Amino acid sequence: MRHIISVLLENEPGALSRVVGLFSQRGYNIESLTVAPTEDPTLSRLTLTTKGDERTIEQITKHLNKLVDVVKLVDLTEGGHIERELMLIKVKATGAQRAEIKRCTDIFRGQVVDVGPSVYTIQITGTSDKLDAFVQSMGDANILEVVRTGVSGLARGEKVLSL
Amino acid sequence: MELLSGGDMVVRALEEEGVEFIFGYPGGAVLHIYDAIFNNCKIPHVLVRHEQAATHAADAYARATGKPGLVLVTSGPGATNAITGIATAYMDSIPMVVLSGQVQSHLIGEDAFQETDMIGVSRPIVKHSFLVKHAKDIPETIKKAFYIATTGRPGPVVVDLPKDITHPDEKFEYEYPKTIKMRSYNPAVRGHSGQIKKAVSMLLAAKRPVLYAGGGVILGDSSELLTEFAHALNIPVTNTLMGLGGFPGEDRQFIGMLGMHGTYEANTAMHHSDLIFAVGARFDDRTTNMTSKYCPTAKIIHIDIDPTSISKTITADVPIVGPIETVLKDMLELVKTALKKTPETFDQEANDSWWQQINEWRDAQGLWTAPRYDTDSGMIKPQQVIEALYKTTKGDAYVTSDVGQHQMFAAQYYRFNKPRRWINSGGLGTMGFGLPAAMGVKLAFPDADVACVTGEGSIQMNIQELSTCTHYRLPIKIININNESLGMVKQWQDMQYGGRHSQSVAYKDSLPDFVKLAEAYGHVGIRVTKFEDLEDKMNEAFSLKDRLVFLDVVVDPNEHVYPMQIASSGSMRDMWLNKTERT
Ligand SMILES: Cc1ncc(C[n+]2csc(CCOP(=O)(O)OP(=O)(O)O)c2C)c(N)n1
Ligand SMILES: [Mg+2]
Repeated sequence: MRHIISVLLENEPGALSRVVGLFSQRGYNIESLTVAPTEDPTLSRLTLTTKGDERTIEQITKHLNKLVDVVKLVDLTEGGHIERELMLIKVKATGAQRAEIKRCTDIFRGQVVDVGPSVYTIQITGTSDKLDAFVQSMGDANILEVVRTGVSGLARGEKVLSL
Repeated sequence: MELLSGGDMVVRALEEEGVEFIFGYPGGAVLHIYDAIFNNCKIPHVLVRHEQAATHAADAYARATGKPGLVLVTSGPGATNAITGIATAYMDSIPMVVLSGQVQSHLIGEDAFQETDMIGVSRPIVKHSFLVKHAKDIPETIKKAFYIATTGRPGPVVVDLPKDITHPDEKFEYEYPKTIKMRSYNPAVRGHSGQIKKAVSMLLAAKRPVLYAGGGVILGDSSELLTEFAHALNIPVTNTLMGLGGFPGEDRQFIGMLGMHGTYEANTAMHHSDLIFAVGARFDDRTTNMTSKYCPTAKIIHIDIDPTSISKTITADVPIVGPIETVLKDMLELVKTALKKTPETFDQEANDSWWQQINEWRDAQGLWTAPRYDTDSGMIKPQQVIEALYKTTKGDAYVTSDVGQHQMFAAQYYRFNKPRRWINSGGLGTMGFGLPAAMGVKLAFPDADVACVTGEGSIQMNIQELSTCTHYRLPIKIININNESLGMVKQWQDMQYGGRHSQSVAYKDSLPDFVKLAEAYGHVGIRVTKFEDLEDKMNEAFSLKDRLVFLDVVVDPNEHVYPMQIASSGSMRDMWLNKTERT
């Protein structure tokens, strides 16, 4: 199953490489990873998505917790949560295609953020599934470039991950 | 406040940590630190002949004393030479701090002379590491390094020190922190009381329990408590390779080491057990054999300080995360109360018949009840060498070991009654560990008998340390079980590769004359070839109190270590017991 693990990490040099190293060292996979400092500049918030059976996910969270730089973590997929990913996608857009692409972008609540004589650059946010669906709707032949941030997420309701 | 240079801060911090020896080797990046050592340092520096030896010596010092070892090496090749020793300490959870020099801060990343990304290279084999950016961070970083290395599940910590921050002319305020608190590092201090209650009632109800105790018992200084616990329930005890000495080897309740070369009775008892009580052990693949066939009727209680060790390979029914000492204390209390208030909860009959069964196994196939080796070849048997060592030292020596058949024979035949006496590289299996390890132990305990059980293959991996032994007058006894082959490799080739001895006997005709070699370093060399001489020569070696003696014992090259679990395809109880069953 897919899990979203959110980690509060000391904002120290080398901390990220320890997290990434752990995954390669122990043969766990990372599907996506995003990291940036929080409102407290000594802390970073890292969100990663990974797949594995229960036993693997349990080992992953235990090993992450064991890293000295990890302050706290939560598996967001264990409860209600909000997840978002941002994608920028550059597609061929000429002639009649231009209107069609614009319509599709509206349906997905995306925005055309840059326009060229024969291309559109579109920004879309949402769950990874939604982004996948948009990519599909554009069709392989038209896609020039795709860049995605990876998943960020928070637990729903009162629950917070903080010191 | 006092002003000190970075180099002086390093020295002072080590003094405040109570470091007894600096095991090290100088070089460009640590010259400022070495100058500080020269000018003003109360701690003796031990100059090894290879940085790997510094790490093994510091590691063994830690294993024997329980205090953290300290290593100081230069950048680049000094740091990379230390890697094998750091990995060895990591696999066996040994508290150790390694200070490595680094090129000057402004050169980092430029492929400067002797630059290696030590933090990167060591990352998967350290508990934690620090790259110090500024001299004023030195005291707190070193404090943290020792704190992390010695608490929770211990392990090696690397502190990388760029040369410029140790410069003698740049001085900063120095104050050594008394205590340290880290928001991101809080090892468990107590076990879960509900789990502890559950574990105790399961142990009282068990009909065929086995206590499976590992190196964590020794690291957690809980041997006496464990022994008391085992006696209270009259439960059979088996040790892992790392746990030997954690329970007295001569105790009636000790059924020997378990695992690949464990005793018949230990492996068989595990297989038939209905409750395995694992204490500070990690169900390593060398002890479980095939996990899908592992102990089919057993429930498992597992105490460990490290949650990642629990249910990693074998699922625990009752996991307890916490320090062994406090958990066992809580458990013992409950056991004693139960035995007093409701003695009928303990099934005496079941206990009697379990022991009767174990004793039958032990009498039939035990290592000590009947000779497990034949003496037909007329040559000295490696097992006999360990038996002689055991006799001469009355079972009371510190025994370090290298890796191979000799290591397994030592683990099987030397019965360790005390913790911290058996010092070997269990997790990584590092050939070359034994001699530098013996140096670290001998420095810590100059009056104790320290023996290094080794093979002619392993000893050559750090043979240069004979010079360090001359230098510091370390009268250790090297017991070289010379089978003129990479015996353990040869054994596997005999058993699984149709006797094709690829490279395992290749050096047979180019071995050095170890007696002359020892003499060249100023030591005593003695060769033994006949069994009749073995005991006398062994006694002679140990009677030369102030000399290092290299006892080169020529043994039967065709001996194999038995029992041997049928690797990877079998269950715990599937073992070859002698050559007629398997080569
Ligand atoms: C550094 C290192 N290289 C290779 C090995 C693999 N290995 C394990 S035992 C062994 C043979 C050791 O020979 P020796 O020291 O003579 O001991 P014996 O088995 O003959 O008693 C080898 C090569 C190892 N454990 N460590
Ligand atoms: Mg050999």
